[in-house]
Amino acid sequence: MVLTESEEKYIKKELGREPNSLEYGMLDIMFSEHCSYKSSRPVLGLFPTEGEKIILGPGDDAGLVEITDELALAVGIESHNHPSAIEPYGGAGTGIGGILRDIISMGAMPIALLDSLRFGYLEDQKSRYLFEHVVKGISDYGNRVGIPTVGGEVEFDDNFQLNPLVNVMCAGLVAKKDIVRGIAPDVGDLFLLMGGRTGRDGIHGVTFASEELTTSSEIEDRPAVQIGDPFTKKMVLEASLEIMEQIPVSGVKDLGGGGLTCCISELAAKCDNGAQVDLGAIPLREEGMTPYEIMLSESQERMVFVIKPAQVEAVMEICDKYELPAAVIGEVTASGRMIVKDAEEIIADLPAHLLADPPVVERESREIEKNHGKIEVEHPPAEEALLKILSSQNIASKRWVYRQYDHEVQIRTIVKPGDDAAVLRVDEETAVALSVDCNSIHTKLDPYHGGAGSLAEALRNVVSMGATPICVVDCLNFGNPEKPEVFWQFSQCVQGMADLARKFNTPVISGNVSFYNETEGVTVNPSPVVGVVGVVEIPHIRTMEFKNEGDKIIVLGNTYPELDGSEYYREVHQLVHGDAPRIRMDEELKSAESILELLNSNLASAITAIHDSSAGGIGIALSEMALKSGIGAEVDLNKAPGTNTNEFETLLAESHGRYIITVTPDKVEEVLDKIKAPASVVGEVKGDKLVIKNLLDLDLDKLQRAYHGVIEEFMA
Amino acid sequence: MKVGVIRFPGSNCDRDVYHALELAGGEPEYVWWKENDFLHMDAVVIPGGFSYGDYLRAGAIAAITPAIEGIKKLVAEEKPVLGICNGAQILSEVGLVPGVFTVNENPKFNCQWTQLKVKTNRTPFTRSFEKDQLIKMPVAHAEGRYYNPDLDLLQDQDQIVLKFHGENPNGSLEGITGVCDESGLVCAVMPHPERASESILGSSDGLNFFKGMINY
Repeated sequence: MVLTESEEKYIKKELGREPNSLEYGMLDIMFSEHCSYKSSRPVLGLFPTEGEKIILGPGDDAGLVEITDELALAVGIESHNHPSAIEPYGGAGTGIGGILRDIISMGAMPIALLDSLRFGYLEDQKSRYLFEHVVKGISDYGNRVGIPTVGGEVEFDDNFQLNPLVNVMCAGLVAKKDIVRGIAPDVGDLFLLMGGRTGRDGIHGVTFASEELTTSSEIEDRPAVQIGDPFTKKMVLEASLEIMEQIPVSGVKDLGGGGLTCCISELAAKCDNGAQVDLGAIPLREEGMTPYEIMLSESQERMVFVIKPAQVEAVMEICDKYELPAAVIGEVTASGRMIVKDAEEIIADLPAHLLADPPVVERESREIEKNHGKIEVEHPPAEEALLKILSSQNIASKRWVYRQYDHEVQIRTIVKPGDDAAVLRVDEETAVALSVDCNSIHTKLDPYHGGAGSLAEALRNVVSMGATPICVVDCLNFGNPEKPEVFWQFSQCVQGMADLARKFNTPVISGNVSFYNETEGVTVNPSPVVGVVGVVEIPHIRTMEFKNEGDKIIVLGNTYPELDGSEYYREVHQLVHGDAPRIRMDEELKSAESILELLNSNLASAITAIHDSSAGGIGIALSEMALKSGIGAEVDLNKAPGTNTNEFETLLAESHGRYIITVTPDKVEEVLDKIKAPASVVGEVKGDKLVIKNLLDLDLDKLQRAYHGVIEEFMA
Repeated sequence: MKVGVIRFPGSNCDRDVYHALELAGGEPEYVWWKENDFLHMDAVVIPGGFSYGDYLRAGAIAAITPAIEGIKKLVAEEKPVLGICNGAQILSEVGLVPGVFTVNENPKFNCQWTQLKVKTNRTPFTRSFEKDQLIKMPVAHAEGRYYNPDLDLLQDQDQIVLKFHGENPNGSLEGITGVCDESGLVCAVMPHPERASESILGSSDGLNFFKGMINY
């Protein structure tokens, strides 16, 4: 039980009596942080959520944004951190399953998955175990359902050793006229439950996700982890889409955290209606289940359709075709109450709003004092530093991961994993760019600038593909919000993200908050995982690799003396210290606008490659451009725009707002004239070495050896 | 030309194959796995995916469904049959092509683009290629390692259709990743032609498989 004393008091007052044990269980899950967002809701109000292209903001299963005159994209993001810590294979798999159902619930066909994963370093046996099985869980589930996993990110750091972070973003395509909502507007409509049977798994999954983990969690909480079945999910996906294509249903909602209790009460409460559920009608997986187990089970692969009595036969026929259990389990009532009946006996009777809208909790917030002391370090030769960063687990190639994911199915993937963002075509002319990013180190050092910075990185990744960012989703992974310092980090982070989202006119349309990421006294680095969606006309798509020898290399955006919080400090000096790079919103926007304006001008064909500078700075960005193409470059970083920086800082600092582009030599002056941000030519694409004047001179072979095979050294 | 696209529970490349067949100028039509008679089709494709979740063994359960009876009737009428990925596994499971596709040498799922060599152009699917022509198509499977104890017979009867060129990503015998029956009309390939049917996706080499089939 996680209900607090004051919540119990509130419930008794609203209800006018003591709830029975089933009602207590139902209220307990609905009042959990996971279902209610009771701590985070007031802060999340800071996000901009509306815009010209936004069809549906936060509050339903997923957000909806317009991408063409006919098409909308449903976008959502989910965490499955706690289950993945206990049972990595099943936890990660059901994380995919959950977000897929959210997208299907909008009437959309899921077209892309992206994963943001965080583990301890791979030298640690437990971290290898978690990494191996989380990736296998995603692979086995996503591949089987036929949804391509097209992108993502992986971070390794000690603080994630016992509490890995597993976040999944999903995007789905739906014709605007076919959008469906999670509502039960009409009294007399029926609830039809279809898909997997209800079993004893995942009971109290949401309450377990709303507490800290301990070393005994692995044994004690295993029953709270759901069991996934991708094959049944594939059938549920096909059947659901067929139902929605053929029958004008009133509403749809998936069963995720909180099971039937959450699904039915939210459907009803959204429309100020009530609901009656007939326990005996629910298809069960095992005999002898108690009402408590049935109403709280988080068994996977289940959907509820809200339909007219006359539509039942047609829906059942489609379920039969796919050999899926289905049954009418209740109806929409005008009572405003959620009633559960066992035969003729009423065994639970609660106001739907009491379940669906628990009161918010005002959390105390206390600023963490900063340690401003400077630590002096001796810089190694730049060559040595760059190779060390390039061969670090955090920066090295993630091919071991993405090759296990089917990233081609559905034949939309124009730009494959390994670039800044994935690009998928949605029709003959249009594609969407998707990226998911987070910088947990910057956020730890400064939650405002780190939160905004994580969003900035995702925005840059989308812009680098030539796409205009249109909306944001976020998955905020923090520690225990009852600790004032954690709540301060959370609030600051949201404020930073909200400010930049407003600046870019990219509303936040969906999201997830995962608190209590603490195990055995270790709190994870605050990790605001940000997904950005961009839209691009297919001819405007650009990729990062160098294209032609002789192309000029332009650095766009200012570098500042901001080595603190860099991969350089983490990997070379094992140092996380000082101030995070600052987010300068005007400069960030100017850089992005310059890129997009170039692609929309008559100079577009002169722009041959685009890449942003983020983790690892310009040094890593240039290395990646060379590595992906097999062509080298000669560069002088003294020429790059900068404020009070030396060459070494320009190479490795992670200042925001910067891009590297290559331009055909004949158009360089015109391109420079058009760029509104500080920009200059720093060199050209050339040969088979990466040469940076005064700093390094490296054969591409040597870069290749550093960058590839790092993860593979630890993993079979 | 009417081409059936078989849909098993768990097929997930059915829509992609349908799209590629349209691009190639064919008239695709879905065939549900419960049907056992579709002789009005001029050819069929068994698309990739995870029929029955690949539970038990890839292709094992699909091999005993009514659709397989229907396919055998088409084979008897000498109409072209193409199995892609899971479809290839099903054809070998049924015994319509020789050999087996078993667990990859490194038993993980593996999705990557590959270079391939066309070893015979006597099949309807490969007839627009030169023998030994190099082409590019992606693979995506965990059970794709080809094995056949009678390699000599396979070679003598010209039943090797595709071989990996350069990297052999799953440890297949001699890099073989596409085979056909003696007639050449039933063909099983692990790489995905439908994912390589438009240059915007990385290659259009795969479209020839469908064009060849349709113009047969």
